[in-house]
Amino acid sequence: MGYSPETSIILVAIAPFLAAILAPATARFTGAHAGWVLAIVPAAIFVFLLRFLEPVAGGEIVTASLEWAPAYGIALSFLIDGLSLTFALTISGIGALIIIYSGSYLAGHPHQGRFLGFMLAFMGAMLGLVLSDSMVALFTFWELTSVTSFLLIGFDHARQAARRAAIQALVVTNLGGLALLLGALVVQQITGRWELSGVRETGDLLRESPFYGLALVLFLLAAFTKSAQFPLHFWLPNAMEAPTPVSAFLHSATMVQAGVYLLARMTPVLGDTPAWMTILTLFGGVTLLWGAVAAIKQIDLKQMLAQTTIASLGLLVLLIGLGSEAAIAAMIVYFVAHAFYKAGLFLTVGVIDHETGTRDITALGGLMRKMPASFIAAALAAVSMIGLPLTVGYLAKEEMYLALAEADAASLLVLAVLIAGNALLAGVGIAVAARPFTGPTVETPKPAHEGPLALVAGPLVLAVLGIAAALAVGWFGHAILEPAGTAILGLPVESHLTLALNPASVLFWLSVLTWALGVLVFYQLDALRAFLRRLETGFGWTFDKGFDAAMFGLIRLSGAATRFLHHGRLELYLVVFFALFAIALIVPLVSLGGLETLAPAVSLGQWAATGWSWSDLAIYEWAVVALAIIGLVVLVAAQNRLVAIVSLGVQGIAVALLFLLFGAPDLAFTQFMVEILSVVILTLVMTRLKLDERDRRPFEDAMRDGTVAVLCGAGVTLLLSTILTGTLDTRLSDFFLATSVPIAHGHNIVNVILVDYRGFDTLGEISVVMAAGIAILALIRGQRGGRAARQVEPKPAGEEAR
Amino acid sequence: MNYILAALIGVFVAVGVYFLLSRSVIRMLLGVTIFGNAVNLLIFVGGRLTREVAPIVPYGEETIAGAANPLPQALVLTAIVIGFSMFTFLLVLAFRTYQALDADNTDNMRLAEPEDGCRPPLSY
Repeated sequence: MGYSPETSIILVAIAPFLAAILAPATARFTGAHAGWVLAIVPAAIFVFLLRFLEPVAGGEIVTASLEWAPAYGIALSFLIDGLSLTFALTISGIGALIIIYSGSYLAGHPHQGRFLGFMLAFMGAMLGLVLSDSMVALFTFWELTSVTSFLLIGFDHARQAARRAAIQALVVTNLGGLALLLGALVVQQITGRWELSGVRETGDLLRESPFYGLALVLFLLAAFTKSAQFPLHFWLPNAMEAPTPVSAFLHSATMVQAGVYLLARMTPVLGDTPAWMTILTLFGGVTLLWGAVAAIKQIDLKQMLAQTTIASLGLLVLLIGLGSEAAIAAMIVYFVAHAFYKAGLFLTVGVIDHETGTRDITALGGLMRKMPASFIAAALAAVSMIGLPLTVGYLAKEEMYLALAEADAASLLVLAVLIAGNALLAGVGIAVAARPFTGPTVETPKPAHEGPLALVAGPLVLAVLGIAAALAVGWFGHAILEPAGTAILGLPVESHLTLALNPASVLFWLSVLTWALGVLVFYQLDALRAFLRRLETGFGWTFDKGFDAAMFGLIRLSGAATRFLHHGRLELYLVVFFALFAIALIVPLVSLGGLETLAPAVSLGQWAATGWSWSDLAIYEWAVVALAIIGLVVLVAAQNRLVAIVSLGVQGIAVALLFLLFGAPDLAFTQFMVEILSVVILTLVMTRLKLDERDRRPFEDAMRDGTVAVLCGAGVTLLLSTILTGTLDTRLSDFFLATSVPIAHGHNIVNVILVDYRGFDTLGEISVVMAAGIAILALIRGQRGGRAARQVEPKPAGEEAR
Repeated sequence: MNYILAALIGVFVAVGVYFLLSRSVIRMLLGVTIFGNAVNLLIFVGGRLTREVAPIVPYGEETIAGAANPLPQALVLTAIVIGFSMFTFLLVLAFRTYQALDADNTDNMRLAEPEDGCRPPLSY
């Protein structure tokens, strides 16, 4: 091959994001044609990816890798095999049609450029997701799809319903995203590989690990949230708040399929165990029936399609759970069929909504003559949805019945579920395609007319592809089904798809049964709907309401926690702070053995061993220590403010004397001055305040504060004592002592340090003093100005003269 | 003598913390001052004590032996001045607060965090 796959694949992963950044500007310059212009990017990616079809069908696997965090062995690695190619072609192909469609659907919208940007960013994330080989990259792109989905659902952010739906989708899918991250870490810990291809090489390692259950639950949670499996399905119908192109692209054809993709991807390493098969079949089956029944209940065309999407996702999960070759083949064909017909139907509904102003199935009818192109698109898509011969939907249905062709009880039960689900879906499909277009013409809010080319092109192309792919069944089996099946199962899969009808086979009659039941559902739709609605009103609780309850409970809980922790009582904050301070001082000293340097002597009562004796201090030194303690004790016990101020001065003077006695005259003089000034200023201020002079602490509070205070004091004493047993690094002091006179020409070494060696530090200190002085001045001035202003303000203008 | 002074510093810290835990703003201010003195002494004693000999080189000599450690002295000198600036600023701030809120008790200063603070919104 004449190209370098490495750079090309990385370009594919990046190009949509670049296009997304340029989208708003493009929309501004090209106006109504923005969709056509921007669709070039996904279309080019689609064409580029087509070139891989032949090599991949021949068994080649294309990889590319960029170093990302080599220290952890994490690379930005991509891999193209049958499975990722099938998904990537779907994403880029449908993406191109959707971008064209969006350009027309939102023509004239003030934020059209933003919308197209979000769409392209989503497409980039989704492409990255399916092309990623590294689990870290997979997780990153997975979360990006959640975020872009959030932005797109909440696009019409002025409406509360849209905001709620966006938050709901984000919360649910991010829950799964976290599970995916944890799952990836578990898998990495077990296998030691970040690359999915590498994990696959480890074979049964995961299945035999004791943490298999944990990994399984985490990956299933991720897939089930993303692919809206029961009981986490409730966010998907609400996501229909988004503009219709979003519903068609994200919430039917691509993003919600990410969970299915993940399950298919993990099948070789997590699949084929009883737990895997039971859980997937059970949840898939329940989701299928739940979605299909819920679809009947709706009258909004978009909601009907959304519910059938849930059902289809359940069906896909069920098929992966069955895990046989035929089931996996059915899953791949059904995925392709579903992407074609569901996106097509959504887009048609969007056209109907756009051109008639309503999408209420009971308020539409007879549009066939006014919107012939849309009718053809809808009819062809519905034919594939029902699974009539000559469509991809038919191939899928034949294949899934084939997967259950065994006669044991479990298979028969699953088969019954499948037939019921398919019949319900077929009924809804007929209704969506037939009801709005046939019958008598009904007045619509806007006079109905056919949509422009950009709107009808997408649905028509998709509908035709749904037939064309089936007609080219040999090529389809060879180029799509076989490589994808091989990628999932890890062994060569052979396509035996055929369009031929075989009336001798029981499978054919199962299909006929499905069609018959589907037609029955269609004719009884109104009766069924009325019945289900009655049933629902009898049962008030829904998963949707449960979500609200959980969210509001969380908000209340966080509010209560905030009020509990953030109570606004300063003394309690400080108690916590100083208690932690004491712990931080004492615990390391005790646990890290700092005390042992002191402890032996102390515990033996040999105080002399610590070098301690009364004569350590001269009598005048003892006097100063006593003075300091007296000052502090009197301060604590002071009953009036003058005593308090004087005793504050006493302890300050004692500190100054200590400095003086231990060779620090500069400190002593400064301290004297500061203490005197403090006492004077404090007296001035305190005498102007009518303060409660005594310490009115309740006894319990005083005990609590006292305990904390004594612990802090003891901690500092122990810390300092421990420090003093060590040796002091005097290099810096020696340097100052030795060089002060020769190079700085100063004899008072402390002064030399302050103004010479550490001159900038002193400059900073002076700045602090100045800033404090200015702030004080501002506070006092502000007070005067404030008072003056307050006095002037209330006066009426006339009174000024008096 | 180091241990005696270490114990004395512990007393300073304890009294300082006890005052800081008060609800009266003025008492907290006293606590700040005492705590500041404690920290200054801590640095001073941490640099080891030497009696009476100040780090001042006599004239005509190059250096001085057996003098007190000058480095902690320089640090503490800066700290004393900045501590004083902070003390005066806090004092004026407390004074203005008392005038504006008519409160010296921190429990009554609830302007920023009202007793019934606003509840989080229960909607989307």
